[in-house]
Amino acid sequence: MFNSSDEQARQPAGIVERLARDDVDRKRFLKMAGSAGAASFGAFVLAACGSSSSSKSAGTAAAPASTATTASSTAGDLGILNYALTLEYLETDFYSNVVASGLFKGKVGSLIKTFGAQEATHVEALKGAVEKLGGTPAVKPASKFPITSATQVAQLAYTVENLGAAAYLGQAAKIQNAEVLASALAIHTVEARHAATLGTLVKKSVTPQGAFATPADMSTVLAAVKPFLA
Amino acid sequence: MTDHEIASPELATCEVHGMTRSAFILRGTLAAGAFYGTASVAPFVSQAFAETGGGDVEILNFALTLEYLEADFYNVKGKTVGLSGEAKRYARQFGAEEAAHVSALTAAIKQLGGKPVAKPTFVFPASSEKSFLSLASVLENTGVGAYNGAAPSLQDKQVLASAGSIVQIEARHAAAIDLLIGKSPTPNQGFDRPLTKKEVLAAAGPLIKS
Repeated sequence: MFNSSDEQARQPAGIVERLARDDVDRKRFLKMAGSAGAASFGAFVLAACGSSSSSKSAGTAAAPASTATTASSTAGDLGILNYALTLEYLETDFYSNVVASGLFKGKVGSLIKTFGAQEATHVEALKGAVEKLGGTPAVKPASKFPITSATQVAQLAYTVENLGAAAYLGQAAKIQNAEVLASALAIHTVEARHAATLGTLVKKSVTPQGAFATPADMSTVLAAVKPFLA
Repeated sequence: MTDHEIASPELATCEVHGMTRSAFILRGTLAAGAFYGTASVAPFVSQAFAETGGGDVEILNFALTLEYLEADFYNVKGKTVGLSGEAKRYARQFGAEEAAHVSALTAAIKQLGGKPVAKPTFVFPASSEKSFLSLASVLENTGVGAYNGAAPSLQDKQVLASAGSIVQIEARHAAAIDLLIGKSPTPNQGFDRPLTKKEVLAAAGPLIKS
């Protein structure tokens, strides 16, 4: 077992972490309409989830769900980007732990290293995109991944990449900004390539869902990554 | 782009139209350029996939033509070049999946009130397992770039979701084939490059006989 190489001191949990950790919190947030302060990731998550009816307000500088289209669609995109960023942080941490474990050598080891480096470029790209839209990039969560054997790690990597691909697919149609969509698509198919590669490694199908990939919604993905939050 | 230069009327008629979409592609490309470096942006700017024309039906018909091509490649050509082992298994599996894409796109086009393009006839320059797999790599990677290039132009969100569901499979096929022939499963590194229409036609056009 390896500790996360996260150099940051533990920071207050980001909203994604909180949502992932706490089922009640998650359900409540997912139900709520645009209420949290515009600068908080909560507002973006809410907008991304397409809630429209107003309910309890957090009482801060609340922006109603019916704000101008541009503002709310930007908020929605920011929520999606920060959600993706959080997943990419986790993937990057995962690969960095795997590389550090030395469990993989040769060709597979080199693929693992390459994939990790690519996840890191996704992190940078998503951070850049969030800032470009005027948002604040999500805080990097502290992670913990079980690293016991090559077989177990390869299986976990296959699971994680399939989840990542499904997560991007689940958001694609919700993205408003075409620029953001193009970038998300460019990342989405790379996650798919990773997943397929790992599928060959663990002797599983490269297309486990057949001809049509199944999307995963935010709530499902957050529940699935919960065990990996330290 | 001058479509008359390309001997593939089926693909050439599937124009993707609209100033707005053109601008979308351009902007997406510029965003991507920040990651790729500005040198690779230029081709997108001058040859954005969405230059003039149609709508979701046209885009879907363009995709349908590519899926016809891929399905025939695996399901017809794949049976004549003497594939074995993993190559044979992939051809069978991927061929079935491409055929499912053909059905889905045909249905989607009808649902939007459009007319699905007829299946063209194809010619595949492959006579051995090796050349078959090389061409498979080109076709699958082209498919990924084509969908990623066209998807931001789709207006209907349901259609977009379906296109996403399909392109993920193309990417998986591409990676599996590339691994099998000793190539990188991520030829574009961290970001799959959206292809321009011209690039798609350059790769797929010569394979369309009529």
